[in-house]
Amino acid sequence: MDDALSTEAEMVHARPGRLREFWFYFRENRGAVIGLWIFAAFAFLALFGPWIAPHDATAQFRADTLVPPFWQEGGSWKYILGTDPLGRDMLSRLIVGARYSFFVGVVVVSIAASGGILIGLIAGFAPQWLDSIIMRIMDIILAFPSLLLALVLVAILGPSLTNAMIAIAIVLQPHYVRLTRASVLSEKQKDYVTSARVVGAGYLRLMFITVLPNCLAPIIVQGALSFSTAILDAAALGFLGMGAQPPTPEWGTMLAEAREFILRAWWVVTFPGIAILVTVLAINLMGDGLRDALDPKLKRS
Amino acid sequence: MPLLRIRNLSVDFATASGAFRAVDAVDQDMETGEILAIVGESGSGKSVSMLALMGLLPWTATVTADELSFDGHDLLNIAPRARRKIVGNDLAMIFQEPMSSLNPCFTVGWQIKEALRSHLGLNRKERHARAVELFEQVGIPDPEKRLSAFPHQLSGGMNQRVMIAMAIACKPKLLIADEPTTALDVTIQAQILDLLADLRRDTGMGLVLITHDMGVVAETAERVSVQYAGQKVEEQPVGALFATPHHPYTGALLDALPERATEKKLPTIPGVVPGQFDRPAGCLFSPRCKFANDKCRSTPPPPLGADMGYARCFYPLNANERIAS
Amino acid sequence: MSDAPVMQATGLQRHYNVGGGLFQKSRVLKAVAGLDFEVHAGKTLAVVGESGCGKSTLARMVAMIETPTEGSLTLDGKPVRAEDWADLRQSVQIVFQDPYGSLNPRQRIGTILMEPLMINTKLSRADREAKAREMLKLVGLRPEHFDRYPHMFSGGQRQRIAIARALMLDPKVLVLDEPVSALDLSIQSAILNLLLDLQERLQLAYLFISHDLSVVRHVADDVIVMYLGRAVEKGPKAEVFDAPRHPYTKALLSATPRAEPGAEKERIKLKGELPSPLSIPDGCPFAPRCWKVQPKCRAELPRLRGQPHGAACFFPENGTYPE
Repeated sequence: MDDALSTEAEMVHARPGRLREFWFYFRENRGAVIGLWIFAAFAFLALFGPWIAPHDATAQFRADTLVPPFWQEGGSWKYILGTDPLGRDMLSRLIVGARYSFFVGVVVVSIAASGGILIGLIAGFAPQWLDSIIMRIMDIILAFPSLLLALVLVAILGPSLTNAMIAIAIVLQPHYVRLTRASVLSEKQKDYVTSARVVGAGYLRLMFITVLPNCLAPIIVQGALSFSTAILDAAALGFLGMGAQPPTPEWGTMLAEAREFILRAWWVVTFPGIAILVTVLAINLMGDGLRDALDPKLKRS
Repeated sequence: MPLLRIRNLSVDFATASGAFRAVDAVDQDMETGEILAIVGESGSGKSVSMLALMGLLPWTATVTADELSFDGHDLLNIAPRARRKIVGNDLAMIFQEPMSSLNPCFTVGWQIKEALRSHLGLNRKERHARAVELFEQVGIPDPEKRLSAFPHQLSGGMNQRVMIAMAIACKPKLLIADEPTTALDVTIQAQILDLLADLRRDTGMGLVLITHDMGVVAETAERVSVQYAGQKVEEQPVGALFATPHHPYTGALLDALPERATEKKLPTIPGVVPGQFDRPAGCLFSPRCKFANDKCRSTPPPPLGADMGYARCFYPLNANERIAS
Repeated sequence: MSDAPVMQATGLQRHYNVGGGLFQKSRVLKAVAGLDFEVHAGKTLAVVGESGCGKSTLARMVAMIETPTEGSLTLDGKPVRAEDWADLRQSVQIVFQDPYGSLNPRQRIGTILMEPLMINTKLSRADREAKAREMLKLVGLRPEHFDRYPHMFSGGQRQRIAIARALMLDPKVLVLDEPVSALDLSIQSAILNLLLDLQERLQLAYLFISHDLSVVRHVADDVIVMYLGRAVEKGPKAEVFDAPRHPYTKALLSATPRAEPGAEKERIKLKGELPSPLSIPDGCPFAPRCWKVQPKCRAELPRLRGQPHGAACFFPENGTYPE
């Protein structure tokens, strides 16, 4: 007797999977694809840098200080991008430095995102008074100039790469809180959340199983964009002497060390600067593509 | 010469997974002062064909047609500037959601006067007088006061009246109403449908009513065109369509109406409208049609003659009644 | 089968405080202002009304998402209190209008169907899955649909899934909040058939909320017509549709377009629009739009009188107002 009802069974036809659709929209944006390739190269260098680099990043070739890049007079193929005042190979330092920037990005985004998502979820589900308290605290953090706040935090914690990362994560976190809270509030209105409540789902289940997976798209986009902010901020802190300490080949620290040689040897500041610029630009382009592909509100057509 | 003449209109959309044909070889004629209803379910392409006429489709759409003419103008190869002159003046459109069709930042009076300024070039005083006159015409009580109201201060029905006032501001020859009452309550729906019918009678404009509601069609339209999966499957005068549908889809649709039910179990149409990936080779309705045979499944049927309601079917319903009469 | 109602509501009310800023006193919005009804096993009670009449608030109260401000709700003779919601949940479930919003897009159909069991019962995973698969079959879907995501389904199929989820806990009362309004005509009839079939098999009590009178006429046993939070007419379907007593019911029936071209009918045109629910007029709420309004209507609130068919009108159409 069940057959009477199954006659209405309708065909489900093959539609492209989420991944293919994502790739279609991502590919539309040429800048994003270029960004993705550069980011892939960057990640590759971060993982395998020490094995690719022609020299040891901290080895000082005392005989060859401030050698210019190979195409300039006095340059040689031994040091493709020249050497710094202590005779360390620039190219090797840049390649190994990618690891620090990547590490900074990953750690900062993980800390900021996990903390921000958690606080945002709580704010979205909490009664109004708690929500107000959380959001006002976030507003206060956002009211400080971010770099200044990070500086203060590092000054309190003591200058090191780890502390710089913690400081940047704290500064970036309110963005995640706001974003998560906003999407939680809009998802909470939807019928499927009400259905889950009618079925008897508790708050924890509603927060983490029902609502959170549906809020992830904008958070992923924010993650990509704050990856670049983290690299930039870490470089800035390094430049100010508050981040990674010498002789770490961190790009910002390299800039700081080479500051006094700007006029005599342009390459010691230009190449780390270009490395930061290209990486940040590539990640931002990729983030834009991610947003186009993941955030249906901004999708064209 | 008909007011509107569409021949072999097709619209394709580029999507993530290839081209999707939303409108497929649609022919449509429309005389001055006529009420034509285009009926179809979601995905039947009923709105898309009219949006193509207005030039309001997004960039992903490709429009092809043998002919697309309105009031002597060729709308297919027209320059955008010339099209803008026609659209809004002689050719106007109202949409389903009156709330989102109006700009929430400005008063409705400002918006209607802006439309008057850009199309008719009246001076300030004339614009105000005309706006008041239009509001009276569409039955908005206390027009002077309502002109300075914002859209969110008015109800859905009032906003739809404002939209209609803006649409008829330039005395269009053709008004396209895309599901104008779907978002409204029945008592308000009755008011708006009466208003549209009255306006048609008073101004002599043509009215295209796009809807999925068979009741609205029966009470308002004069001629009905039924669309299915992008194709026009049948066209008949309203009385004949409801009495003797020729295409099996029309017949099944009418049978599925709860108000026509004779017993507790309603007749149904099995399956769903074909999508992008399961478009049948033959007749588009063949997978769901209870009369379909191998010929239907392999060969797409061409439209029949006017006596058979241009039905795209090899074996039209109610053929004998027609021959007998 | 006893004649006792599965669910009974007496004087059910729900008020909201709106506005109320720093300088403004908040005002009370009476979304539902006093409603009595009974729902019987195997029967359908339809609630009809236009937007803003409080029918969705009613659905949320019955489905135990909102607490009534006043009045009582009993389930099988036991009062429904907020403290007991967790235990009573299983008896009342809800199906929403929008099949696209009511299923979690990140969960597989199987997970969606098994979730109610996971939360409310101690069944093993295998038992849960068996039950979910059985339910999938009952609502006319195929076993292979179990592992798919909602976006792969059409509107009608999603509504079947939503119905299946609502039935997982063997409820006694099913609240159907405009279950077919978002569906195409050809799909609508199949879903209505399914609902009627399930009702007969499982002896479910339906609270069917809709604005579509032709659908209500087809499915309902009893009808309540609501206007601005109050029931203006209540009675068996045939009587309400064939001999409406309240002028609003009559106007609603006459305004509903019928799929019969050229049918002779007199359409009652209602003046004006729904008043704001914040400023409901004294006396009969329908008085400002009524075509046969008398001074008495503006001064005094008519009560719903008459059993089983009653109307809240001093001057009803087919009958008189009992003093």
